[in-house]
Amino acid sequence: MYDVFIDPFVQMYSLPDFFIQVLWEGFVSGVLYSLIALGFVLIFKASGVFNFAQGIMVVFAALSMVGLYELGVPGWLSVIFALGIMYALAFSVERWIMRPLVGQEDIILFMATIGLTFMLIGGGQAIFGGEPKAMITSEIGLPSGDYVWEPGGGIVIFQKLDIAATVIAGLLIAGLAFFFSYTKIGRALRAVADDHQAAVSVGIGLNQIWVVVWFAAGIVALVTGIMWGAKSDVSFALQIVALKALPVLVLGGFTSIPGAIVGGLIIGIGEKLFEIYWGGLIGGGTESWFAFIIALVFLLFRPQGLFGDKIIERV
Amino acid sequence: MFYREAGQFKTSYAKDLQAFPILQDKIGIIIWAVIAVLVIPLIGIPGLGYDFAMKAIILPTLIFTITALGLNILVGFAGQISLGTGAFMGVGAYACLKLTTYFPDVSILIHFVLSGFIAAAVGMFFGLPSLRIKGFYLVVATLGAQFFLEWAFGRVAWLYNFADSGAIEVPTRTLFGVPITGASADVVAQYFVVLAFLVIMTWVASNIIRGHIGRSWMMIRDMDIAAELIGVRPMWTKLSAFAVSSFYCGVSGALMVFIWLGAAEVESFDINHSFLYLFMVIIGGLGSIIGSYMGAAFIWIFPIILKEIGKGLGYNATLMENISLVAIGVMIVIILIKEPHGLARLWQISKQKLRLWPFPH
Repeated sequence: MYDVFIDPFVQMYSLPDFFIQVLWEGFVSGVLYSLIALGFVLIFKASGVFNFAQGIMVVFAALSMVGLYELGVPGWLSVIFALGIMYALAFSVERWIMRPLVGQEDIILFMATIGLTFMLIGGGQAIFGGEPKAMITSEIGLPSGDYVWEPGGGIVIFQKLDIAATVIAGLLIAGLAFFFSYTKIGRALRAVADDHQAAVSVGIGLNQIWVVVWFAAGIVALVTGIMWGAKSDVSFALQIVALKALPVLVLGGFTSIPGAIVGGLIIGIGEKLFEIYWGGLIGGGTESWFAFIIALVFLLFRPQGLFGDKIIERV
Repeated sequence: MFYREAGQFKTSYAKDLQAFPILQDKIGIIIWAVIAVLVIPLIGIPGLGYDFAMKAIILPTLIFTITALGLNILVGFAGQISLGTGAFMGVGAYACLKLTTYFPDVSILIHFVLSGFIAAAVGMFFGLPSLRIKGFYLVVATLGAQFFLEWAFGRVAWLYNFADSGAIEVPTRTLFGVPITGASADVVAQYFVVLAFLVIMTWVASNIIRGHIGRSWMMIRDMDIAAELIGVRPMWTKLSAFAVSSFYCGVSGALMVFIWLGAAEVESFDINHSFLYLFMVIIGGLGSIIGSYMGAAFIWIFPIILKEIGKGLGYNATLMENISLVAIGVMIVIILIKEPHGLARLWQISKQKLRLWPFPH
């Protein structure tokens, strides 16, 4: 009992610098979860499709960038080419998967995205090989090294890369918010998210909107892939980690962008704290399931999430 | 021309309710039975090496058919989508290992069944969230089961008998003096054990589905609120679907490890396998027993065929594996677009066509 309820807090209090370090690391991985969840939310809002392939899109985007670089394309150009690949992907997904399945049940669309996941896994491995690749960081202008902060005798290390990741994520979210609020396509997107039929009836082309929204999710995926790849490396294992965006969504609500961000931070910080202070009691490695179990418990009390729309059902 | 029921009259209720009302179907089933009981144990699959055919194709296909049946009950009949199948199979496998360690004298067949019940209990526990949530939310909940159980399989040393390898090491167990598990097992005996499980479990499943439990599953699937309004109890219905489905998965997991693999690590129960089982159900046909057979056979055998073709053409094995991943993904999408009811529906259509053949109408 002491080990579970008192000891962890004593540790947090007695080593505050370590505690801050843990919080910071949790925060950084939370930012990445938020970014993946953001990709999910974008597509879910605009088309009602629960895009299971978002995780593999992260890997695929990062891989194509690194792969292009290895072929001799300069760093900045490979980013642009990778964006082009994500656009091609968005276009073909809309053309060959979404359009023929219009009006099908949600669960059918969901399974189609699992099919897409397998295509991307197989295709990615066939083209780029299955082994992990190192992300190119300095070539595309990401900083390395760290800042050291010493509050009252302790020591807390902030990786410059992590700070950059946070800033870029913030900029990306701000950019998306601007895009959604102030541009013509952004407004059309919100209209589609609100009501498909009404949007079509005022002359908004659904097909075009879907390409845009899948492309936006692709951009988010590329940014996430770069950040995540820089922290570890680019491998297909990321795809499993990316599934943690699902509990993030459950926590934040499937339709809410602020929810995705807050949910990501809660999950990121929560799982780090749990792993460091409680994980040792039950054998460690708890990060693989902590987020899902939290989401499971949360679902029982508030199925619509923190910020989601209330689920109303009609017969 | 040959496949038609003209002149075959049903003169009693019992005849009306039989599983195979048409004479041609009965003949077909008898042919399959002869193949299953005589041809396969004696010569395997014609044109393939006997051991390869048994070990790499027939045993896994039969075992995965049980899995697909179980998952089809949950996804196809009760409409509760699950990505935790692999983990539930793991529960069956580890339960069987513990049971046979503590009670080595009890027949392994009884342990297979008991481990199914243990998996059913675990499945019901993780099915509890389905009472409040559905659809994607349930996917997240079942993923929670998948990852949590996977973690437990790897970390709790008691589960794998404190083996140094961290893997299940299957002891030798006999049935009527013939070893059916472990390294010295007799492959024909293994085949008949698996076949018996499959036949009995198919028979049970088809009868559950015809009965009131199966009907209430389908009512919940088609519209849960309406079903509740006309008196179907959602809690009992959903949990029973989870229980039956997990029972099937548990038994097939135990069979998979004890009879087919012989040793298994956590990777045998990981999420990629859960996807594979879901694909079997989708490709075979949601809500169809025969579809579970077709889906399992297709998903298991198709990559093997591709690999062999690749070997013949001189491509390396990993490339062919990736190609088969892509092909399966493409096929999922095509099936969802063109024929959401899967191979089972194609089979029905071709039967319909056979009825009229050679005339167009």
